[in-house]
Amino acid sequence: MSLLLNELGNGIFLGAFFGLVALGYSMVYGILRLINFAHGDFFMVAAFVSYTILGAVLVGHNSHGQWWTLLWVGVVVMVITGGLNMLANQIIYRPMRRAAILSLMIAAIGLSQILENGVLVTPQWGATYLVYPVTSPPAGFNLGSNHYTWAQLIIVLVSGLLALGTYFLVGRTLLGKAMRAVSEDRIAAMLMGVNVDLVIAIVFFIGGALAGAAAVMTGVYYGQINYLMGFTVGLEAFTAAVLGGIGNIGGAMLGGLVLGVVQSIGTAVFGSEWAIVVAFGALVLMLWFRPTGLLGERVARRM
Amino acid sequence: MRALELRDVSVFYGAVRGVEHVDLHVDEGEIVSLLGANGAGKSTLLKAISGIVHPRAGSIEFFGDALAKQSAHRRVRRGLVHVPEGRRIFTTLTIAENLELGAYGIQLGRGERADRLREVLEHFPILQRHFDRLAGTLSGGEQQVLAIGRAMMSQPKLLMIDEPSLGLDPQKIDIVYDMLEEVARLGTTVLLVEQNVSLALEISARAYVLQQGSIVLSGDASTLAEDPRVADAYLGKVNDVPE
Repeated sequence: MSLLLNELGNGIFLGAFFGLVALGYSMVYGILRLINFAHGDFFMVAAFVSYTILGAVLVGHNSHGQWWTLLWVGVVVMVITGGLNMLANQIIYRPMRRAAILSLMIAAIGLSQILENGVLVTPQWGATYLVYPVTSPPAGFNLGSNHYTWAQLIIVLVSGLLALGTYFLVGRTLLGKAMRAVSEDRIAAMLMGVNVDLVIAIVFFIGGALAGAAAVMTGVYYGQINYLMGFTVGLEAFTAAVLGGIGNIGGAMLGGLVLGVVQSIGTAVFGSEWAIVVAFGALVLMLWFRPTGLLGERVARRM
Repeated sequence: MRALELRDVSVFYGAVRGVEHVDLHVDEGEIVSLLGANGAGKSTLLKAISGIVHPRAGSIEFFGDALAKQSAHRRVRRGLVHVPEGRRIFTTLTIAENLELGAYGIQLGRGERADRLREVLEHFPILQRHFDRLAGTLSGGEQQVLAIGRAMMSQPKLLMIDEPSLGLDPQKIDIVYDMLEEVARLGTTVLLVEQNVSLALEISARAYVLQQGSIVLSGDASTLAEDPRVADAYLGKVNDVPE
């Protein structure tokens, strides 16, 4: 029982990361029907960018718990990653708007390669694991027999807030309604006076920004980053998005949490080398029994 | 004042002709019909005017300003609104959200948008029912009514509407046409595309008849209503009529 509770805690925490990255996946899918395989790599790039910025501003400081510095660097990294994601849309996907969705997916895979190898050949970054400049202090609180750090709690809270903010934006604001309108019928949205290209660009910005936030938190929590980290996280986030029902905002977050819990429990039972297997096992089962995901629309349609 | 003036407009889809050498005008406050059989180019012409497709040649002026390469969403801001064929309401959004989006192009504040919504509901009380339901649950007639109400949210100067009677029973058609007359009475100019000739001519001042991408007849609605060549146009025979 204690083990289950412990893994539930870990799972929620892990799921918060997955959920944030999955949100970006899901929103881009929702509006372009594109599985953006480069999404995880923007997460990775964000980790490296934040690594460099933090390294520069924290020279000679204690690496523990620089919360305020982390906060503003986090915001800056969100803006940078959002901007990069938007730029990728502008340069790569937008000129391909009339192309088959398969071409866009191949372009996304290409972009993923460019980003990974770009980081690989960048001086100071490269192929080795880098130690993140800020790490989370071990202090925290006990729940039952389990110890959780403050950092874990903050990560869950920040993720929750960002997810809620996104949910509010898409569900309640006029811009969000325009996003959903573009997602359903681009031409009809245009005839309402919606600047479709701008709305799509904003979606890419938000998706990138959320991945940026997740990246900073990952760095702080795990303490190390690597140029291939985006690949696994991207696949896990994609799994989370599909589990929840891709294209669905609430579904992405829910899928992230479910995947986090399943993966934590699976890892505890089978061992950590099975983490990815458990994740994709869950995906296969889900697609088998409920292909629309927990809350969402059919995926098979355009893939 | 000319609301809309097309001079020598041609639209092609690759090598396929949509419309060719079309001259057409609509005066402010008029209801004008664009008639013709399936595939005559009526919808293509509306798409060219609203900016979804771009003409290969010719000029389109809206209240004296050339539209040329202006993007579709900017044309909406200037008061040119197009209700496309098949209504194309947003089925996964509520009726209220559909209406709100109708005012997206003119960029109102939250308060103004609410006022505008109230006005539209006053003029078209039929929309008030099922306000928070998903638009996809509406019947065809209700969807058409919503599509017109949504278009009116932006207080357009010119409303173009494509086949509003398509697939509706006579009772629903009456409701939709009453609504169009109300739109005109409120001061909006209307360009109406229809296959249902008698229905369209009844509320129009003038009409144009398209056949295979070209305008073959035009004139006062009352004159055209008597003209046997209008019916022939639907059967593809106008060019064969002896002088």
